[in-house]
Amino acid sequence: MTVETGIRPISGSRRAKDKIVQGLVYLAFALAVIPLVSVLWLVVKNGIGRFDLTFLTHSMRNIGARDAGGGAYHAIIGTLEQVLLASLIAVPVGLLTAVYLVEYSSGGRLARVISFFVDVMTGVPSVVSGLFILAFWVLVLGQGYSGFAGGLALSILMMPVVVRAAEEMLRLVPHELREASYALGVPKWRTIVKVVLPTAFTGIVTGVMLAVARVAGETAPLLLTVFITDSINTDPFSGPQMGLPLFVFDQAQRPNVTAVDRAWTGALTLILIVMLLNLVARLITWWRSPAKRGS
Amino acid sequence: MAKQIEVADLDAYYGSHKAIEGISMTIEPRSVTAFIGPSGCGKSTFLRTLNRMHEVIPGARVEGKVRLEEQDLYGSDVDPVSVRRTIGMVFQRPNPFPTMSIFDNVAAGLKLNGRFSRSQLESIVEESLRGANLWNEVKDRLNKPGAGLSGGQQQRLCIARAIAVRPQVLLMDEPCSALDPISTLAIEDLISQLKQDYTIVIVTHNMQQAARVSDKTAFFNLAAQGQPGKLVEMDETSKIFTNPAEKATEDYITGRFG
Amino acid sequence: MGRPAFRRSRGDGPFRFASTAAGVALLAIMAAIGVFLVVKAVPALQANTSHFLTELTWQPNATKPAFGIGALAFGTAMSSLLALIIATPVAIGVALFISHYAPRGLASVLGYIVDLLAAVPSVVYGLWGVTFLVPFVQGPWEFLNTYFGWIPLFGGDQVVGRSMLTAGLVLAIMILPIIAAISREVFLQAPKMQEEAALALGATRWEMIRMSVLPFGRPGVISAAMLGLGRAMGETIAVALIFPATFTISFRILGPNGNSIAANIANGFGEATPIGTGALIASGLVLFLITLLVNMGARFVIARRKEYARAAA
Repeated sequence: MTVETGIRPISGSRRAKDKIVQGLVYLAFALAVIPLVSVLWLVVKNGIGRFDLTFLTHSMRNIGARDAGGGAYHAIIGTLEQVLLASLIAVPVGLLTAVYLVEYSSGGRLARVISFFVDVMTGVPSVVSGLFILAFWVLVLGQGYSGFAGGLALSILMMPVVVRAAEEMLRLVPHELREASYALGVPKWRTIVKVVLPTAFTGIVTGVMLAVARVAGETAPLLLTVFITDSINTDPFSGPQMGLPLFVFDQAQRPNVTAVDRAWTGALTLILIVMLLNLVARLITWWRSPAKRGS
Repeated sequence: MAKQIEVADLDAYYGSHKAIEGISMTIEPRSVTAFIGPSGCGKSTFLRTLNRMHEVIPGARVEGKVRLEEQDLYGSDVDPVSVRRTIGMVFQRPNPFPTMSIFDNVAAGLKLNGRFSRSQLESIVEESLRGANLWNEVKDRLNKPGAGLSGGQQQRLCIARAIAVRPQVLLMDEPCSALDPISTLAIEDLISQLKQDYTIVIVTHNMQQAARVSDKTAFFNLAAQGQPGKLVEMDETSKIFTNPAEKATEDYITGRFG
Repeated sequence: MGRPAFRRSRGDGPFRFASTAAGVALLAIMAAIGVFLVVKAVPALQANTSHFLTELTWQPNATKPAFGIGALAFGTAMSSLLALIIATPVAIGVALFISHYAPRGLASVLGYIVDLLAAVPSVVYGLWGVTFLVPFVQGPWEFLNTYFGWIPLFGGDQVVGRSMLTAGLVLAIMILPIIAAISREVFLQAPKMQEEAALALGATRWEMIRMSVLPFGRPGVISAAMLGLGRAMGETIAVALIFPATFTISFRILGPNGNSIAANIANGFGEATPIGTGALIASGLVLFLITLLVNMGARFVIARRKEYARAAA
């Protein structure tokens, strides 16, 4: 073998391959951002025109597809009530499940099964959760379409997200804190309620907000459980309601410009709500992160 | 193939923190140079500046000159990739590629650089494994994963991987600190053999090891925590260990601090 | 004090019971989904005059109901696979960009931007797809048909915006963030030791990634892609707005064909008779079982590698 001297430059083809891959990786990121920018831009551009007080304070009662005016007030009310009901069901169940997994289970068989199915549950299609509530609540129990039925369907989608978020936060609570509490003779359940949960509180709030953001935009489960109405129905326990995503879906399917305009404004309202929830949740995480606190 | 390294007035930074300052030295070819000093004195950082591995860490940078036989490693037209190909490195903990077989681990660097026929690869792999005193232990299981070997065998595998690309210099960053005494002895024997062909620089915490394997020893120290590390003195190993010029060196060697 | 020492606190039993019950309730819900879908599907399936698994058409509301999952299942599989083929390479690129290429200070912000794609509701993608993307892709799809029509997938006489490929593209955008996010976490966990080993041998950045990052990340990327596939198959509203809702099996992905189980449920629910509703529930049961299998498969791959568990949560 020849004696080589000095620093041999690497071959041009290797350098070229490195540069090509770098180019492809940058391109991939650009490709991912283009649809986001396009969606957000069109939603703002097409939605801003009807984003007015009438839209936010009026329903669609007695307003045909071709008529101008009308609004999503009934849909906004519906969405707020449905998401609130979903949270009232999903947060306690999810939180308690997380407490079981972290504090009580000690990694037994049941815990492993629950943990596995929580993961699998995150993959249940939203339309299937809607069908389930349709079959169980509306058809078998004969309860009829209502905002509450929609809340039930959404809660199924929320539960696994809440469990995972809460579980992660509970595991971050230092064990010393629990031991310090036990050492004072505080029983386990009071330690969890008074020491562990408050320590993990902001993290859990963040997780719940992300879960709410996720289900607030769901359409398919609502379509099958709350049905569709053009009128204001403030009672989530009786009669069909509307939801903001449903409103967008309903208006988007109509061939008239006035209806499609309303769909865009509905989309803008929906995205504002969802993004706001996301942003606030991320800000809380960022603000609470150890790097920021410098400890 | 062995080359001389000349370092002139070198500083290295992690972000705004200056880790080492004003280091100048000459490392002789076909010899073993040991770096010793207390923890945090910058000896590993300095070692990593010699093959431009320092800058792999985000925010890390270097000022000063490192010359390999008159060629400035930090010259504007020098590609760090080709520097690392010329100056090999063995790390503190053995790090074979877990998904590759023993054979592929040794051949990994070769496959990057041009085409070799299967028989060429086989002969270089065998030569490198023999060079790393590992051939007899693994010749029957070259297709088994490298991660299945013992810690000492894995470290020798990493040495074989480093010498397979025929570097001109071999840098070793505390190569025995994760190994048991018997494996350590095997590596030390290997270092003594390798210096016939290579310029070797070894960072070690173990002063007996420095005394056993090295021809020259450089002692690094830092004035206080948070201060940059500096080169205190560098001389023949026998002189450093028997009659050092500096008081600090003597204190460290005799165990009065560090 | 009268009570014996070392007695269990009175609150502990109920609290432990409540938390265990909540966990068991989750399992019960999963089981109930299957049970109630079966209960409401059976009467419709019994009334079916055709074969549910092979029939292509969907006429459950007729006096002689005849319906089958054939065309719908094909559409679900086809559109999801197209989405996966489009999304996976881009998602791997995005993940590598954030884990190994982007400047460190920017990486987390850029990662968050990609995550925002997942925050856009499905119905908004549908609206965007049907009003902007469908007319927009007409030209490119005609180009594919003209110059690559010799590939059967791109062949056919008719080229429309509301096609299988458009739906696949929208689905790809929707599943990109989850595949990218999991891959990113896995790539970030690739051991620094092996990365440095590759660099010290004189590997370029790409060679380092190929030698140490990709082999480490492969199982994670596979399960991420499977989770993405599950999402794509269950995605409803966006594709319901885009698909032309036909009941045919055609590999011409640029032609006026396309439907899926989920889209058919959304589109067909409004005018369904009781038998029709039961038929939709039966199709939903099939969707539930398929996504269940895909998700369990993905989770199984992840579960074998402990270090991935966090990334995929």
